[in-house]
Amino acid sequence: MNSPLRKVAISVLVLFTLLILNANYIQVVRSSELRANPSNTRILAEEYDRERGAIVVAGNPVAQSVATDDTLTYLRQYPNAEVYATVTGYYSLVYGNSGIERAENDILSGSDDRLAFRRIADLFTGRDPSGGNVELTIDPAAQQAAFDALGGVDGAVVALDPATGAVLAMVSSPSYDPNQLSSHDPAAIRAYSDQLSAQDPDPRTNATISERHSPGSVFKLITSAAALQDGYTPDTVVPAPQQYVLPGTSRPLNNYNGESCSGSGEQPLIDALTISCNTAFAELGVELGEDRIRSAAEAFGIDQGQFDVPMTVAESTVGDIDGDAQLAVASIGQQNVQITPLQGAMIAAAIANDGTLMTPYLVDQLQAPDLSVVDQTEPTEMGEPVSSEVAQQLQQMMVSVVENGSGRRAQIDGYTVGGKTGTAQTTADSDDNQWFVGYAGPDGDPQIAVAVFIQGGQGTGGDLSAPVAQQVMSAYLAARGGN
Amino acid sequence: MPAPAAGPGTDPRNEAPGVTTPPKRRGTELLMLAFAVVITLAAQTIVDITVTGSPSPEIATFGAWFTGLWLVAHLVVRKVAPYADPLLLPCVAVLTGIGLSMIHRLDIAANALGESVSAREDAPTQLLWATVGLVLFVAVLLVVRDHRALSRLAYTIGLVGLVLLAIPAVLPSALSEVNGAKIWIRVAGFSIQPGEFAKICLVIFFAAYLVDKRDVLALASRRVLGLEVPRARDLGPVLVAWGVSILVLVFERDLGSSLLLFGIFVVMLYVATERASWLLIGVLLFAAGGTVAYQLFGHVRVRVDTWLDPFAYYPDGGGYQVVQSLFGLGTGGLFGAGLGGGRPDQVPVAKSDFIAAALGEELGLFGLVAVVVLYLVLVERGLRTSLVVRDGFGKLLAAGLAFGVAWQVFVVLGGVTGLLPLTGLTTPFVAYGGSSLVANFGLVALLVRISDAARRPSAPPTPPAPKLGEALTEVVKP
Repeated sequence: MNSPLRKVAISVLVLFTLLILNANYIQVVRSSELRANPSNTRILAEEYDRERGAIVVAGNPVAQSVATDDTLTYLRQYPNAEVYATVTGYYSLVYGNSGIERAENDILSGSDDRLAFRRIADLFTGRDPSGGNVELTIDPAAQQAAFDALGGVDGAVVALDPATGAVLAMVSSPSYDPNQLSSHDPAAIRAYSDQLSAQDPDPRTNATISERHSPGSVFKLITSAAALQDGYTPDTVVPAPQQYVLPGTSRPLNNYNGESCSGSGEQPLIDALTISCNTAFAELGVELGEDRIRSAAEAFGIDQGQFDVPMTVAESTVGDIDGDAQLAVASIGQQNVQITPLQGAMIAAAIANDGTLMTPYLVDQLQAPDLSVVDQTEPTEMGEPVSSEVAQQLQQMMVSVVENGSGRRAQIDGYTVGGKTGTAQTTADSDDNQWFVGYAGPDGDPQIAVAVFIQGGQGTGGDLSAPVAQQVMSAYLAARGGN
Repeated sequence: MPAPAAGPGTDPRNEAPGVTTPPKRRGTELLMLAFAVVITLAAQTIVDITVTGSPSPEIATFGAWFTGLWLVAHLVVRKVAPYADPLLLPCVAVLTGIGLSMIHRLDIAANALGESVSAREDAPTQLLWATVGLVLFVAVLLVVRDHRALSRLAYTIGLVGLVLLAIPAVLPSALSEVNGAKIWIRVAGFSIQPGEFAKICLVIFFAAYLVDKRDVLALASRRVLGLEVPRARDLGPVLVAWGVSILVLVFERDLGSSLLLFGIFVVMLYVATERASWLLIGVLLFAAGGTVAYQLFGHVRVRVDTWLDPFAYYPDGGGYQVVQSLFGLGTGGLFGAGLGGGRPDQVPVAKSDFIAAALGEELGLFGLVAVVVLYLVLVERGLRTSLVVRDGFGKLLAAGLAFGVAWQVFVVLGGVTGLLPLTGLTTPFVAYGGSSLVANFGLVALLVRISDAARRPSAPPTPPAPKLGEALTEVVKP
């Protein structure tokens, strides 16, 4: 029996070698991947022993660590949690972190290389290492107004400073309470998370940057920009029939509620935008051709890939266009056109900023634990989608929309407001999506650009979204005027 | 009949009869045991200092008790099995000590998170079970003075094994089911896993049975495709073992024991008959059983699917445990977080099924490999005993027991590290659990007993024999 015994002994050696090789694979080869997995809360637990930096809005913390008697030394707290949840995200023992907590984790946790010198100093002085602070660009008045105006409906608001790209407000609604995900009680965290998961959409989804929707008539701004660049003016008369039969089909395209745009069947471009005439822009899009529509959209940042603000923003897209029939529908923002609310705000901001699109950013500066500035964000240009001449023509048309057209409810006393509404059909029998993108400021000096998206509300973008935008912009202008 | 167990040339005892007595090496054993105790106490102290800042006052009591255990074990071995392999007991001592330290460490973690009060007392309980295990160890050594006596009782022992195995299956679920596995007997606050004892009983029975029948099983065969294939009617025993494994799987939902028993039986059959065809038949039967089980049983399917892609079933679904285990191992890396420095409590059932993940996280790859090597030493010493011992029954028994430990370690650690599907076996000696610990102490007692027989000089040296040998040698010399 000894010969098979020796073979068994060798087999055991082989089996154990397999175990050891596999342990090497898991603990060495895949080690950093497993450590970095956001679901791995071990590193998080290590971080709980350090004072994590604060997330600050206008000098006040919206996320901060407070010392406890717990085994986990620090507890993360979010004052005014629901208003800022979209931006701060959560910092959870069970679910990892999200939002700025995730995107700026290195600074907040103190592991960023820019804090390395201080960490070494801490080693010598025996001071407990702590994390740096993140100062946001958010304006508290605009943020609060956006949160209040949405009032918990499914929707999103993004506001930008047109001149810099600084994000002034970012609210995804309904919101949630990050305090309850960031506690030290795993069971309570899981229970709250289950409660959030049961909702549709999950409130943890940042609808301003990670959800895309058909922009509807908001996209007519892009079609207009393409036309103006091609030599049209706001006064160029374009065909605006009551019904437009899609090229190559027998399918008619109607205006909202089947209305006619003008008695004569044609009207100036500015009027077509003011009353948001579908047939006019559908026919205009086909007239201009797919290439011009696409290049205008790309210039505003559509189909240009993801970017970070520092959270990652989903790519907005014009989508596939197969033939003139689809081009006609895409030209009024239906078909396969999908944009994020932030993209909507970027279109308004670029127009308000005389044609220069600034890169959106949410972090104003990064500070070391002693509040010295480690990194200050300088505004950068993302591109120049239209010339300043065309931009001013677009402004003129957008102001007309708010003064005479579908965007009346966005008017603010004493300020010039421009905008565009959008009411996008999702499916035949569900409610429409309501959009408003626009800007406001003293005459000739737009100070805030905003996009409001409300999912499946009753009515049009003019009815629901324009008043929200009005409240956000007027709150911001009032707060600035008061300064 | 295969070649004699050990040729005269390979057995040192036959070369110089009566001149030397093999060294007993009890001193080595004592020294190694002391080393094991030092390692364990160091581990406990590190845990206490890392987690609470100072050594706990219980460390003295624990130290004295733990030292006492191995001292008693050593003295008994010195008395009744003086030629026993000196490494078996120290390996077991280190593994038990590491297990106790890790359970103690997890107790503290559970305590800190304010979990149920009962969860905090696991380390002292485990020490108590180790003590019960020691009693069994001593009892086995005292009662079984010659392992060959067991072969005479083999059928009785085999029956006991089957009954133990079957009890949880026939008990109502309330008395036998924990977390979906019907493998317990729960009485008066105690939970016993009879399968752990059944395993040893069945190995004893297999050994006796196979020694009895191996001639038939080995010789009555035909050659097919260059392989010795047994006659159909001789397939009986392997089919019965296979059937029992399947029954365990069906009625107790215990994938681990099923795999363990079948693996041990097939390997013992191979050792007894020296016919590799039995291995092939075993693998084919396993593949067939496994495929059918995958199709029929949800719990088997879940295990296999989560093994293939644990992250797809995380955090909801069956992947949670394995993913947490992998996180722990990956975070531990080469050197580990240090005892008390990691978060092994994040892995569910870290004290029992996933204690290897806790070790890997806090002791790192080095620590985990060290533990694997300890098992390897234990197993290879057991197999060496099997090689050296002279009687067939002892050979098969030692081989079965040693391979059983190896197979169990492979299946458990493989599951925890994602190499194999999870099965829910315990890590011998290390994992929390009374039945497993006590049964494995009994197993080691048997190995110690056989190794004593293996190294003991044959009979009392008979003085006339060598003289006769010399005389004969002189006669042929010119």
